[in-house]
Amino acid sequence: MTDFPALRLVPKADGPQSAKDFKTDQEVRWCPGCGDYAILAAVQSFMPELGIRRENTVFVSGIGCSSRFPYYMNTYGMHSIHGRAPAIATGLAASRPDLSVWVVTGDGDALSIGGNHLIHALRRNVNLKILLFNNRIYGLTKGQYSPTSEVGKITKSTPMGSLDAPFNPLSLALGAEATFVARTIDSDRQHLQSVLRAAARHEGTALVEIYQNCNIFNDGAFEILKEPGTRDEALIRLEHGQPVLVGADRHVVRGADGELRIAPRSEGTAIVHDAHAAGPSTAFALTRLADADTLHHTPIGVLRDVDRPVYDALMAEQLTRAEQQQGRGDLAALLAGSSTWTVDA
Amino acid sequence: MTSQVDQSEAVDGPDGEGPAASARSGPGRPAKPIRRLDRVIIRFAGDSGDGMQLTGDRFTSETAAFGNDLSTLPNFPAEIRAPAGTLPGVSSFQLHFADHDILTPGDAPDVLVAMNPAALKANLPDLPAGAEIIVNTDEFTKRALAKVGYAASPLEDGSLEAFRLHPVPLTALTLEALKDSGLARKDAERAKNMFALGLLSWMYHRPTHGTELFLRQKFAKKPQIAEANVTAFRAGWNFGETTEDFAVSYEVPPAKLAPGTYRNISGNLALSYGLVAAGERSGLPVFLGSYPITPASDILHELSRHKNFGVRTFQAEDEIAGIGAALGAAFGGALGVTTTSGPGVALKSETIGLAVSLELPLVIVDIQRGGPSTGLPTKTEQADLLQAMFGRNGEAPVPIVAPATPAECFTAALDAARIALTYRTPVFLLSDGYLANGSEPWKLPEVDELPDLRVEFATEPNGPDGAFRPYQRDPHTLARPWAVPGTPGLEHRIGGIEKQDGTGNISYDPANHDFMVRTRQAKVDNIVVPDVEVDDPSGEARVLVLGWGSTYGPITAAVRRVRADGGRVAQAHLRHLNPFPANLGAVLERYEKVIVPEMNLGQLALLLRAEYLVDAQSYNQVRGLPFKAAQLADVLHAALGSLDAEETR
Ligand SMILES: Cc1ncc(C[n+]2csc(CCOP(=O)(O)OP(=O)(O)O)c2C)c(N)n1
Ligand code: SF4
Ligand SMILES: [Mg+2]
Repeated sequence: MTDFPALRLVPKADGPQSAKDFKTDQEVRWCPGCGDYAILAAVQSFMPELGIRRENTVFVSGIGCSSRFPYYMNTYGMHSIHGRAPAIATGLAASRPDLSVWVVTGDGDALSIGGNHLIHALRRNVNLKILLFNNRIYGLTKGQYSPTSEVGKITKSTPMGSLDAPFNPLSLALGAEATFVARTIDSDRQHLQSVLRAAARHEGTALVEIYQNCNIFNDGAFEILKEPGTRDEALIRLEHGQPVLVGADRHVVRGADGELRIAPRSEGTAIVHDAHAAGPSTAFALTRLADADTLHHTPIGVLRDVDRPVYDALMAEQLTRAEQQQGRGDLAALLAGSSTWTVDA
Repeated sequence: MTSQVDQSEAVDGPDGEGPAASARSGPGRPAKPIRRLDRVIIRFAGDSGDGMQLTGDRFTSETAAFGNDLSTLPNFPAEIRAPAGTLPGVSSFQLHFADHDILTPGDAPDVLVAMNPAALKANLPDLPAGAEIIVNTDEFTKRALAKVGYAASPLEDGSLEAFRLHPVPLTALTLEALKDSGLARKDAERAKNMFALGLLSWMYHRPTHGTELFLRQKFAKKPQIAEANVTAFRAGWNFGETTEDFAVSYEVPPAKLAPGTYRNISGNLALSYGLVAAGERSGLPVFLGSYPITPASDILHELSRHKNFGVRTFQAEDEIAGIGAALGAAFGGALGVTTTSGPGVALKSETIGLAVSLELPLVIVDIQRGGPSTGLPTKTEQADLLQAMFGRNGEAPVPIVAPATPAECFTAALDAARIALTYRTPVFLLSDGYLANGSEPWKLPEVDELPDLRVEFATEPNGPDGAFRPYQRDPHTLARPWAVPGTPGLEHRIGGIEKQDGTGNISYDPANHDFMVRTRQAKVDNIVVPDVEVDDPSGEARVLVLGWGSTYGPITAAVRRVRADGGRVAQAHLRHLNPFPANLGAVLERYEKVIVPEMNLGQLALLLRAEYLVDAQSYNQVRGLPFKAAQLADVLHAALGSLDAEETR
């Protein structure tokens, strides 16, 4: 069993758990073939590894296909409103350090309507694990383009192609002072679980972008990253402490101008990935290697994992300090204040 | 504004006649006669940089310490520093104090302190003939006069003949008093408000010890400034004592309030304390999620200072996150609170609907201000009633509690928490800018006599074969169990999608939805609130005046006047607007005329008409200011007159 410092204050489970313990009796309602199924199965079979009590685990989601997730997890859960899950989870995590709080959100939920809450959760560094299911489309509302859709996307709301440039969620997160940023793919259970493991271990907010196939409205969006014929060239698998390689015969080097670029192995030396680097610039540069249209050269794995004081711990610490300095609050003294007068009978 | 004294005994003197006075000389100060007054209204007015709010606050504290009943009305511009010397930059503070129970900050000042021409010009229309005006003549320069459109100095052109004018070179006298202080002229000049305060403190025999203590504490890190302010304050006092212009001083004896220990308190402070008290009495940690907005920010500031009560405050990125975090904390078992004003409520609406659907306790505090949109941020209004009542999609009933006076904000906060915790529902607490910033004496409650708000979390499965049913209700309150994360065996998922009765599972079943909508409504309709009390001393009134919220003071003062003139009028005041008190319908039926004064265009009247088919007649004002007692007395007189006229026809 792995050690999870971020779960220090969460009560330990009495005995071993299994994936089955985390399944509910609710019928799963995603379209057959939806990538969400694979993610659910991966999460359910990963949770026992944490070794914490099921009742101390909470999944909070917004609105979207992905946000149905909590109904299928036999933990505490809240299916809230569109975009607001990070805010709701912040209040919960900040007031209950004995809980392991997870947020499930979609690309529309997290980056359109809830963009503000996402960036502020990241900068605050609340102890939250945010799983962003990115299918580059609005699934639940039946297929409009999303803030991660490629320019020119033809959808019901954009018959002549979408006009607005997409977000790169990881670039955005790094700009928002995120302390943990990672990306994985629905179909690669082993990789997905390795990223979840790292996220669960991280103290503070972890943003995990999960590429998720919507086989109804945006089928094959990540095919290039999955097909045996293309994936090795398209994916950049990041491992801390390992050289950053691309396919069989290329790697990522730092040019004379300081920029990262992809070069044949014969040229220069590969940079070595440092997820714990103090500054975010190299991680940011790695996120920019991907082509926003084709997703060619998409880095996956943990891009950034650094320590910074955690909001909820700081908040708890202020409460403790206030009590140490002023003593436990005395209501009668508070109400009376410093100047009173008495009227006699 | 204290209600401890029998209201029929004390009558606010009519306005426009100046304070009732009886001359006598006081012992120890034979040089000048002392006149006894039963009440005085003073207004301090100056530039927003002149420190008028501080001056007013200090005079209020002295007055509270002296034992008068009092009521205050701060009035300040929305701009932090409007251009100096202009009309929009005028900031004022009105204080009414008396030897008896009073209800309002007063209609018209007996005394105006005007620190510059703008302050004089802006406030002159409110002054009755015979009022005293103390002006700082040093500020009446050509330029300053021109800035506000005075062609000639009103101090010299005879236009103030109807008033008792005291021209005082406040700036020069302050500088003279501080000539040895070593302060630069600019810094010394700043103490002129303390000179004015000293003078007024002499005029009204206010205790001075508290102010000196306050100044030394406030400027503890700048002892030179502290001493300068104390010196100016004392110089002002001595000036009153020695100068011939001020021939008399006044005495307003302490009020005979109900026995007990008192302090002065503003509405926002009382509300903050009510929330802290609700946390203590429920045994739940308070979690406040808020985003700064006038006039609600004070509550965020105040609660942030009470971490030693286990109070968590979270300044969110916006109002939506503020309420979201509070709701998340409530899911985790905290007493969730969010504080805001009207524009913030608009942003929170969707989350309030979620709270209705999740059936979790949540207190939503709306300190109403002038609207729509940004409106009048620093002025008062009651125009969010319908927003609180209906401002959500779907059938989303939310209980509404509204305090009537600043001190009552304390009990209203406890009551809002009681309803939220007992019925597992979001609750609106509707205060307003006038209550928030106004203050009055408050009789301190006994802490162990405050309501017991303890709640029981669910600990055991409540369904068949050991299942937990999150929407299986208490048969009396219709509240659902509150099962907080960390409780083994009660893991459950809830959300904003319609839920099946009992199990809480997602349900699109038509009959179930109909049932759930009606059940949520019934839960709110059945909340127990006290009956509305009717004050009708003669028992023969045919006209009822019904108000809610901060109009209590002016309505009650108006009712006293009408009764003093022999008019028979009944009065009732609503503290609960959803649900209405159970006896309200019967009360309304008893009267031939129902008058509803509101600082909106008739929102309560609309609800009353819809609910009870009663011909409630609105009297409305949306000037950003409270009603005046005289104005409402006229309305009531007219209503009585029209009934008589109908009779003789
Ligand atoms: C306030 C509000 N606006 C709009 C909607 C409609 N809506 C529901 S889900 C959604 C977009 C979902 O997209 P995404 O977050 O990418 O989730 P997905 O369905 O793709 O998993 C929208 C616009 C809503 N439920 N609430
Ligand atoms: S619409 Fe797309 S994202 Fe939604 S359930 Fe179906 S396949 Fe999955
Ligand atoms: Mg999507």
